[in-house]
Amino acid sequence: MDKKDEKEKIGVYVCHCGTNIAGVVDVSEVSTWTAENLKDQGVVISRDYKFMCSSLGQELIEKDIKELGLTRVVVAACSPHLHEKTFRNACSRAGVNPYLFEMTNIREQDAWVTTDKAEATKKAKSLIGAAVGRVAYQQPLESLLVPIDSNVLVVGGGIAGIQASLEIANSGQHVYLVEREPSIGGHMAQFDKTFPTLDCSACILTPKMFDAGNHKNITMLTWSEVEKVEGYIGNFTVTIRKRARDVEESLCTGCGICWEKCPKKVVDNVFEAGMGNRKAVYTPFPQAVPNYPVIDRENCTYYLKGTCKACEKFCPTGAIKFNQEDEILTVKVGNIILATGFDLFDSRKITQYGYGRLANVFTSLEFERMSNSAGPTAGRIVQRDGKTVPKVVGIVHCVGSRDKNYHEYCSAVCCMQSLKFAHLVKEKTGAEVYEFYIDMRTPAKTYEEFYHRLLEEGTHFVRGKVAEISDATRLPGEEGKLIIQVEDTLTGNQLRVPVDMAILSAGLESRHDAKEVAQKFGISCSADDWFIERHPKLDPVATMTDGVFVAGACQGPKDIPNSVAQGAAAAARVLSIIGQGEIEIEAATAIVDEVTCVGCKQCVASCPYQAIQYLEDKGKAYVQEALCKGCGTCVGTCLPKSITLKHFTDEQIVAEMIGAMRVMKSFELMEVA
Amino acid sequence: MKEFAYFPGCSLEKMASSYHLSAMETTKKLGVKLNELDDWNCCGATTYFYIDELLAYTLCARNLAIAEKTGLDVVAPCSACYKNMFFTVAHLKKDEDLAEHVNFALEEDNLHFSGNVNVKHLIEVFAQDIGPDELKSKITKPLEGIRIAPYYGCQIVRPQKEKEDVEQPQFFEEIISAIGATPVNYPLKMRCCGGSLIISSRTAALTMVRNLLQSAVDNQATVIATACPMCQVNLEVYQQQVNLEFGTNFSVPVMYFTQLVGLALGLSHKKLGIGKEFVAMAPSLLAIGQE
Repeated sequence: MDKKDEKEKIGVYVCHCGTNIAGVVDVSEVSTWTAENLKDQGVVISRDYKFMCSSLGQELIEKDIKELGLTRVVVAACSPHLHEKTFRNACSRAGVNPYLFEMTNIREQDAWVTTDKAEATKKAKSLIGAAVGRVAYQQPLESLLVPIDSNVLVVGGGIAGIQASLEIANSGQHVYLVEREPSIGGHMAQFDKTFPTLDCSACILTPKMFDAGNHKNITMLTWSEVEKVEGYIGNFTVTIRKRARDVEESLCTGCGICWEKCPKKVVDNVFEAGMGNRKAVYTPFPQAVPNYPVIDRENCTYYLKGTCKACEKFCPTGAIKFNQEDEILTVKVGNIILATGFDLFDSRKITQYGYGRLANVFTSLEFERMSNSAGPTAGRIVQRDGKTVPKVVGIVHCVGSRDKNYHEYCSAVCCMQSLKFAHLVKEKTGAEVYEFYIDMRTPAKTYEEFYHRLLEEGTHFVRGKVAEISDATRLPGEEGKLIIQVEDTLTGNQLRVPVDMAILSAGLESRHDAKEVAQKFGISCSADDWFIERHPKLDPVATMTDGVFVAGACQGPKDIPNSVAQGAAAAARVLSIIGQGEIEIEAATAIVDEVTCVGCKQCVASCPYQAIQYLEDKGKAYVQEALCKGCGTCVGTCLPKSITLKHFTDEQIVAEMIGAMRVMKSFELMEVA
Repeated sequence: MKEFAYFPGCSLEKMASSYHLSAMETTKKLGVKLNELDDWNCCGATTYFYIDELLAYTLCARNLAIAEKTGLDVVAPCSACYKNMFFTVAHLKKDEDLAEHVNFALEEDNLHFSGNVNVKHLIEVFAQDIGPDELKSKITKPLEGIRIAPYYGCQIVRPQKEKEDVEQPQFFEEIISAIGATPVNYPLKMRCCGGSLIISSRTAALTMVRNLLQSAVDNQATVIATACPMCQVNLEVYQQQVNLEFGTNFSVPVMYFTQLVGLALGLSHKKLGIGKEFVAMAPSLLAIGQE
């Protein structure tokens, strides 16, 4: 890998980035200095230009390549994250291999972090010195093209996952939709009305569920979980565990006789949020998709005592199959969309709010079920005794959100949800309603209007964080009530509000197993365990792992419209990749020198992407290029130095350092002189 | 045998001598040794920190420096002493300048405080170091059928220790269950008793006491258990004044938790300092321990 014999011709381009760089770095001085001082390093031309990334800037490079016969190019501008690809393409168009281009960052790493202009200018020069030193040793590389499998895996059958699946399936591609629960629908299926339009949640959701369930391009795998993901963009192999339903899907007609006859009542802590019962053989709700039930083995009398089998006896089609085994399926997909949703914050953690201790404290999800006409109280809003209609109701915002003891972030949906609750309570019971809020956050189309509607409906708004909900009644007439203690921060008064019912607008938090799921799919989580997107503004549904996308509340708290938008967005991203047919894989990958490799397997264990195989027949390690992300971890672990990371060879890095040091040394000599 | 440095505090010398007696007797019975600090001084109580912070810290630090020499954790039976000592350790650890000033003063006494002492409230010794299971196993006369209202007061859990539930603690209830009695669940168990407010604002203080007594009585408490001499005085001694002021008719005994634990351990009234109450003990309690 020696430096080419014939003299390299290097072109250097210094970008002003408007005033982003030129405001601090003397760019024209840097450019002239480069031309004079780095001549002996092979620099034949050095220019500065207002916006190198503009088409005129790129044309400048292409023209020089053609006219001056440049063999290598250095651009000193912003971060390679932003424009490395732009300039690589420019080089490529003019006939220079894109890997003979080097970008050095004099914006984020210089101009933006240095105030002293002279220092910033000096730093720019040494950075360019380093890049020029390095570029001479760079090797032309060819990117690998891999074909894209057009099948798609969607994980999570809530509204975001359903939307993504339908978009992809409608375009003619095949989707595997994996859902952990017995039915798709997610949280949206549990809600009563949706804000701010107050249309019935189930009414707008079930048609979509039905479409997904009957789509010829969707293979629905409910009561199933992804166990293992191998491979890379375009070529994932996914192992899915389809848990035993104990119901033969091909025979079941969903008639419901089994759960009618099942004698075992179980408190439904998932769908009914503990407010209602289901049977041991059940579908979570009447409109479930698919509509065949599952047997809950933990509660089924047959599994507990070995008797009963009522469901089997009465099933007209003989679909009940006790002791079914889990099925393990392996599917091949090219892209994956994660839409795994959220968990509700556990209000028990805030002991001073009394949830779980004081009967008439409800969570938001409990209220949704109660208000739902298909729910446990048939839509009647009543106290925990199941009959008393509350006369005064307090709704507490930010339970677990915007609180450094629990979650610092705003859960985004609770203000609107609480306003909806206030409306429903008033409409159904005529009760006095108090909203206790910290700040009212209604920033979306027609949301603020909904807030005004509530103001006019006569809801009492108290701005203050609730200190405590207790049963510390004292005055006549308060017996049996809850006392909400709060400071009204607008008047500065302490308020003591007796209510019959308190509703806690609990925040949204990441799924309890979000970390494990992230690890399974090779993506990362934020400090709060939300999945991290590739770019918070410009790439909100992609992740740093190619071919894995996120949609809906698994990426952060989100309401229904935003979840649907993300589901569709992720589908569009996936379809665009499928449309390309094949995809280019980064060429800067690791390569094993088979002559010196001793087969110690250290690298195999160190690789975070499982990209290194141990070839038993040869006794050597082998890097699968399509899987390798070029992180370099294996290079560091390889004792005999048999692994080289292409584009980051020792030679190149040393040349880069020498380049920088040479420039810094010249500054020192100048100062001495 | 578990051993602790013991800082009784001024109240336990006279006003709360029954707390001191019962603390010593019950711990002895439970295999815990309390070594009273040599030459201790007042902790600064509720007011001194608002008058001269530096001197108040020095007062506390002096006791802590003496305790530090023993190498034992220091235990305070009074909530105010506990809180003052706990915060003094925390502040002196964080604020080097303050520690330097305080230690300069302590030099006069040939003392030095370096912050290596763990401060505990006496009730923590029962709740954690002894623990409800061990306590239960030593009980000879379980207080069956007696409804005890655990009165935490406001200071025991105010210095929040790691992961401690400061809003709805349960350790007092666990002690009460361990001695065979029924803990009363009442909403004001953590509310302030008024502290020394009775001196400056009598009506406000009496209202606070009234609300506390009412809440306990409404929930059928036979007796209120406290872990602080200040709380005990406010709730018991001022009961008559509350009755006069508000026309109520309270007559609920307020006892130290150590006295109740002592009864269950089979200790005599004399050893527990019982017999000096302002509000007579409930007959059901009186029957226990009378040989």
